[in-house]
Amino acid sequence: VDATWKELTNVLSGIFCASLNFIDSTNTVQPSASFKPLGIANGTDHRFLRYATLPREIVCTENLTPWKKLLPCGSKAGLAVLLKSEKLFHSSFHSQAVHIRPVCQDQQCKTMSLELRQTLNVVFDLHTSGQGKREWSLFKMFSRTLTEACPLAASSKIYIDITDNPQEEQFELSPATPLLSQAVVLGDRRTFSVYDLTQQVTFGTVRSLNVLIRWKSTEGDMLRPLLHAERYVAGYGLQTGEIHTLMYNNHPFRSFPVLLLDSVPWYLRLYIHTLTVTSKGKDNKPSYIHYEPSKDRVRPHLLEMLVQLPPHSVTEITVQFERALLKWTEYTPDPNHGFYVGSSVISALVPSTVAMNTNITEEQPLFSTFFPCKEESSYFVRVYTEPLLVNLPTPDFSMPYNVICLTCTVVAVGYGSLYNLLTRSFQIEEPNPGLAKRIANIIRKMRGVPPL
Amino acid sequence: MATAEVERRRGQLAALSIAAVVIIVGVPLWWKTTETYRAWLPVSQIRELAKLQLQLSADVEVVFARGTVTPEQQKKVPLTKTQEEDHAVDEGTTLKYRYETKYRTATIMEEDALNKPTAAEADLALHMLSESPCGSLVIYVIPESSSLLHEDVKVYVGQRRTALLRVVAQMRTAKTFEQLLDCLQPHIIQVLRMMSFSRADIIAALSDRVRFHPGSKESVADSMRAFKSSPGYEITFSLLNPDPKSHRLHWDIEGAAQTYIQPLLMKMSPVANFSIDSQTLHYAVLGVNPRYDGSRSAYTLNADSLAHVINPVEARLGSNAASSNPVLNFLLYVPDSHHSPLYIQDHHKQEVPSNAFHSPRWGGIMVYNVDSSYGPEAEFPVDININMAKVMGVFLAQLRLLLGVQSSPPPPGFLVAPCGSTGLADWELDRLMWSRSVENIATATTTITSLAQLLDQIGNIVINDNIAEQVSNAVTSLQLAVAELDAGNLGFALQFSKEAILASEKAFFDPSLLHLLYFPDDQKFAIYIPLFLPMCVPILLSLLKIASEARQKRREKQAKKD
Repeated sequence: VDATWKELTNVLSGIFCASLNFIDSTNTVQPSASFKPLGIANGTDHRFLRYATLPREIVCTENLTPWKKLLPCGSKAGLAVLLKSEKLFHSSFHSQAVHIRPVCQDQQCKTMSLELRQTLNVVFDLHTSGQGKREWSLFKMFSRTLTEACPLAASSKIYIDITDNPQEEQFELSPATPLLSQAVVLGDRRTFSVYDLTQQVTFGTVRSLNVLIRWKSTEGDMLRPLLHAERYVAGYGLQTGEIHTLMYNNHPFRSFPVLLLDSVPWYLRLYIHTLTVTSKGKDNKPSYIHYEPSKDRVRPHLLEMLVQLPPHSVTEITVQFERALLKWTEYTPDPNHGFYVGSSVISALVPSTVAMNTNITEEQPLFSTFFPCKEESSYFVRVYTEPLLVNLPTPDFSMPYNVICLTCTVVAVGYGSLYNLLTRSFQIEEPNPGLAKRIANIIRKMRGVPPL
Repeated sequence: MATAEVERRRGQLAALSIAAVVIIVGVPLWWKTTETYRAWLPVSQIRELAKLQLQLSADVEVVFARGTVTPEQQKKVPLTKTQEEDHAVDEGTTLKYRYETKYRTATIMEEDALNKPTAAEADLALHMLSESPCGSLVIYVIPESSSLLHEDVKVYVGQRRTALLRVVAQMRTAKTFEQLLDCLQPHIIQVLRMMSFSRADIIAALSDRVRFHPGSKESVADSMRAFKSSPGYEITFSLLNPDPKSHRLHWDIEGAAQTYIQPLLMKMSPVANFSIDSQTLHYAVLGVNPRYDGSRSAYTLNADSLAHVINPVEARLGSNAASSNPVLNFLLYVPDSHHSPLYIQDHHKQEVPSNAFHSPRWGGIMVYNVDSSYGPEAEFPVDININMAKVMGVFLAQLRLLLGVQSSPPPPGFLVAPCGSTGLADWELDRLMWSRSVENIATATTTITSLAQLLDQIGNIVINDNIAEQVSNAVTSLQLAVAELDAGNLGFALQFSKEAILASEKAFFDPSLLHLLYFPDDQKFAIYIPLFLPMCVPILLSLLKIASEARQKRREKQAKKD
């Protein structure tokens, strides 16, 4: 499996122009419970599973272009026309994903085909980016409008969330559309306005679609997620430290279990005996812990825990670690920037406040082996914490020069004097006159007067 | 002053002993601890291999049917003769061609087979009787009166390794067997040149090592068309649809590839591994705008603009993503309804019948017009099923050319049987294997020789054990390949030559060879001089002083003597 993993990362790195080829055994782990294969899969043996993160890399235009090339219509027709990089990267959050899973081709499920799902998440913040007017449109965000749907697409739709706006008191949406759809998103029932690009009527008489939203009032509160998490490094100095992970459960009365996956590189040596899990000030013992210790320069630490979060509380997980001293060739060219620690992954089945259809959609992985009773109305969420930046003790890189100088001085002085002692013979000489007399003699010599 | 003298002597002794320790113990210790690890390489064997001396030998059997030899000539048969031809290509390469010819008369079953009505059936019947091994040939000499061949056809080349040669009138006049053989010889050589290796083929295969003086423009084009020998190839079929709004295309590429392409690739499996994949590209336009030709009421692409067609498409093909094998791209372009029909014109402004062209060492493009399958009032998008038989025929022909199966026209009087269901005749495969083996051996030798030279010149590079092992493997495989070519076992020779290429490439491109390459000499001085200079200077100075004192003493002694 490892050879195939290496081949996969190298091929993906070539296709997407991303530095995925830096993934090797030092940042790959085999999670036992947090990830399960999606779609139809035969075996769920966790030894075939690999998970790796490269926290140092960032997403840029070079990754967007091959991502767009994978779309059947490319960026020539359909919604992908909007994806121009100079506007897309002028945003607060940008995320691209490619998922592949095997699915049945038809109802009887006799043949299998692969489904490729590409997702792009972008968060625009037009209010702070200088557009004072409370109005945004497709043209403002992407500097172009939609003219047609991709002819190869089975469905091409735009959804606008209008749950907080039943009588148009918060914002005004134009052009108007009669289509509505309702869905339960993150445990909340929300209503959406739908623009169907495959219908010619959506484009109206101007043959182009520019969705425009004009804000009327400034009120409106944000949805608070039921589960979110933070992580930070505590401690002082360059020898020890502590990683703190905080998980917030904002549900008013329900507690639910979460699965925490932590992958810490080998150069932060974790002391697992100092692992503490506290909720509301009291100790909270996790019901399942899977820990794989690291091996220097071979494997990172893997820590997986199943923690029950009490309702309306903060759970804090702390681990102490010690920083390792690396070999001088292992430091990056900018060692004082710090070393990155990948984000932890928190997977949970969060109970929602809305009763939902008990038909499980295809997207939910099999969680039933870990949760003894399935919630009737719960949704699956995966939360990633921030990556950490940790300073490792860096040596003085000018030391080789210093060593050479020191050694040579010691050798020259010590060896030289020893050699002189051994090989020179000593004779008696007249004592030298004092310093003042010598200087006077020099001056006399210059004047031509006989010395003292 | 005796004590001064004793002191001086003691000082001199101390200096001399320190110098002795430094030179005898220190210098070898320093040398040993700072040398780089270099495993042993078989340099002498490599140098021997560099003078490429190949001998290609083929077994030929000439079978005389009834009526071609007189009874007294028949007494001399069976007979074996060996022909050798030397060919010194240049000072580094010499080739020897050897034909071992066995003459015999036909057996009863072979006579029966030769009495079949048509040449094709005779060929089939002869093949059922005996299967000739790889690299060998059988020529059947049939009488003039035989009805197998047409009037003006002298030689019939079969699908497998047989040829039928008709006795010409002047051969009847030959009295002795030797004279008969002399008359037959030029015809036999012509057949051999076509069905087995020929000088031009082998020199083209060695074009890496040898300056190639081409005879004509066609031979230059021929030599540059085929892909370089490689252990594997990737074949990609792409369907280009510039306007999905007007055409919805369906092609059964999987079935077509299985039916048409796969048999050829299975037959060529001793030469290389092949992998096939396919894709459909939408909104893929050609780089050139076709011009509208009113006289033909069609759009045309003329031969000069074909060179610009490929570039914009190539960026989207996504070839070579998953493996390091060379890729053969076959594109099928269906023009959109506004630019239909589209024809390709050659240099003489004539329409090319297959409407396709190929680019050397890259692949082929075919234009498939679909405007005839629907009328002007059809509702877009139109569903179109592509006729894979026509398309695959063209691609198969291009595939043969690109893989190096020669297509030079046969000499006059020759009739070549159409190739069988696999698309490749046995003797064509043999020819390919001869040139591939020679090419592989030449390339592997060049690689190994240059690697040995490089490692010799740069003394700093660490040679690990695995590199030495790969080099030894390559040398052994090369020696075996040359030996097998000598003996005439074409299959084994090709296999060994492929192993030799793999091992030599692995050794040459090993990343560990670069480790100490850029260790400049002045850095070494900067490290050693501050350490050794303070040590050595006092030693040198005292040695000089001892030497000058000894010289002075000798002079005094001389003076005292006189």
